[in-house]
Amino acid sequence: MSQTSLSKSVRLAPGESGAKQGALNSAAKQNLVRLWRLARRVALPAAILIGWEAVTSAGWVSSASLPSPTAVAFAWWEWIFGPRQALAWYSGTWGLYVFMSLERVIAGFAIASAAGVVLGILIGWYSVMEDLFDGLINFLRAVPMTAWVPFAVFIFGIHESAAIFLIAFGSFFPIVVNVAAGARQTPRILIRAARMLGTPPGKLLIRVVLPASLPAIFTGLRVGLGLAWVLVIVAEMLAVQGGLGYALWSAYQFSRLDLILAAIASVGGLGLASDRLISLLARRVLRWQTGSTGQ
Amino acid sequence: MNNTQPFIEFRNVHKSFRDAREGRIVHAIEDISLEIDRGEFIMVVGPSGCGKTTLLNILAGFEQPSAGQVLLEGETIDRPGADRGVVFQEYALFPWLTLRQNVEYGPRERGISASSIQEVTERTLRMVRLEGAENRYPHELSGGMRQRAALARVLVNDPKILLMDEPFAALDAQTRARLQREVAALWTETRKTVFFVTHSVEEAVLLGDRVIAMTTLPGRLKADVRISLSRPRDPTSPQFNDHRRELEKLLAEEIAAEGATADGF
Repeated sequence: MSQTSLSKSVRLAPGESGAKQGALNSAAKQNLVRLWRLARRVALPAAILIGWEAVTSAGWVSSASLPSPTAVAFAWWEWIFGPRQALAWYSGTWGLYVFMSLERVIAGFAIASAAGVVLGILIGWYSVMEDLFDGLINFLRAVPMTAWVPFAVFIFGIHESAAIFLIAFGSFFPIVVNVAAGARQTPRILIRAARMLGTPPGKLLIRVVLPASLPAIFTGLRVGLGLAWVLVIVAEMLAVQGGLGYALWSAYQFSRLDLILAAIASVGGLGLASDRLISLLARRVLRWQTGSTGQ
Repeated sequence: MNNTQPFIEFRNVHKSFRDAREGRIVHAIEDISLEIDRGEFIMVVGPSGCGKTTLLNILAGFEQPSAGQVLLEGETIDRPGADRGVVFQEYALFPWLTLRQNVEYGPRERGISASSIQEVTERTLRMVRLEGAENRYPHELSGGMRQRAALARVLVNDPKILLMDEPFAALDAQTRARLQREVAALWTETRKTVFFVTHSVEEAVLLGDRVIAMTTLPGRLKADVRISLSRPRDPTSPQFNDHRRELEKLLAEEIAAEGATADGF
């Protein structure tokens, strides 16, 4: 198996004379290519914003039915930096709400990750565990998580625990299913290798199955974290007070489309940032991995 | 040590298993009895799918014989252990560990002190000429380096016997030739007992003291040939070719027999 990595560098034109000259040219070309690619990446979002601004400031749509990006920015500004006042949930509460949502996501996701990884490894490795849990997990997984909202509120009331239950319960399933699949696919030859190097059967899980499952674990965590953000918004709209989902729902009730859009952008930004964080972590932990899990 | 007790003994070993796809019983090994002395370099050759790997797996403790037993120094083998180091064709290095960590794996599992782990690891890495690549992950190593690493990983445990399952079959010809030379030199130096499975008659004559030829399924002993050529061996010498011709003939008979049974079906 060859491991040559093909860089995306610009190819030198054939017959280019002088190594230094060629290197200079190619460096300049590379910068140009990089700039061009950056321009392509921001082109579409920028076009949407500019078009939107143009349409609203020209008065083609009334500012009541669609606020301009600038109006959204001003409302967002007040939401972040405005003075805190009683009953004015739209002023100066952004930081607090972000913190509340973040806290719920972290708590729920932590529970889901711990339970999902441990149970997933056990299900993937022990056929008894698979037989015990497989049917139940597949049934519960088929129920859309939003269907659990009334149940959660009924059991926990309008309380933090209702939100954390929903997030933990919902993001648990993609994690457990991915981890179990990963553990199940542990190459038998690695198990044999560990055994002949002196690993007792009781330690195979921690020495071989767990590390061999790491790529699948990260896949599960990534999907689970995305779902955790979905569920925190659902929970905050319906089951608890405070947080970005709560702001979204309040903005709707007060007919503040500008704040709805600001809240949507906030959630998007946080979701994107947390996804980046986890894939960065995955890249660090899975440094040993190539395209294929085997060898 | 008791001189009458063989180092390794296969006693009427049978192995059959159920072919899940065809739903019939396959007899992989039938009535194999074999004694191996300490320090012997045993080569096992046979047509592909003749049960030679099954033989190795039983000796390794990965599989249990359906009947009969395999003894190492008089004790029945019933599980894998660090006293029998296995080198697989597929390398089977732990991809999440660096080369050094792969080599250190065995000593760590056996609870050796940190200072002696370091010493024995350094020495083994030098022995297989991998010093300098310690911190690379398996996917960053060439096929030849991976197989050296796999060898180092078992040598570091100082096993009683080295089991090699077609270890060089996946390598290119040049790398294979170099590793063959290195393994031969290593054996001359350490006189470790080696049980080496191959489908290549040339490899068998090049490396072995003794070549065990197996029949096609069910695998039985066909021949047990002693190779007493001096080392390092010259594959172009007439004596080498005599051995080679003899073994090729035995093997050709088996392949022909296999064809005949296949036609008979």
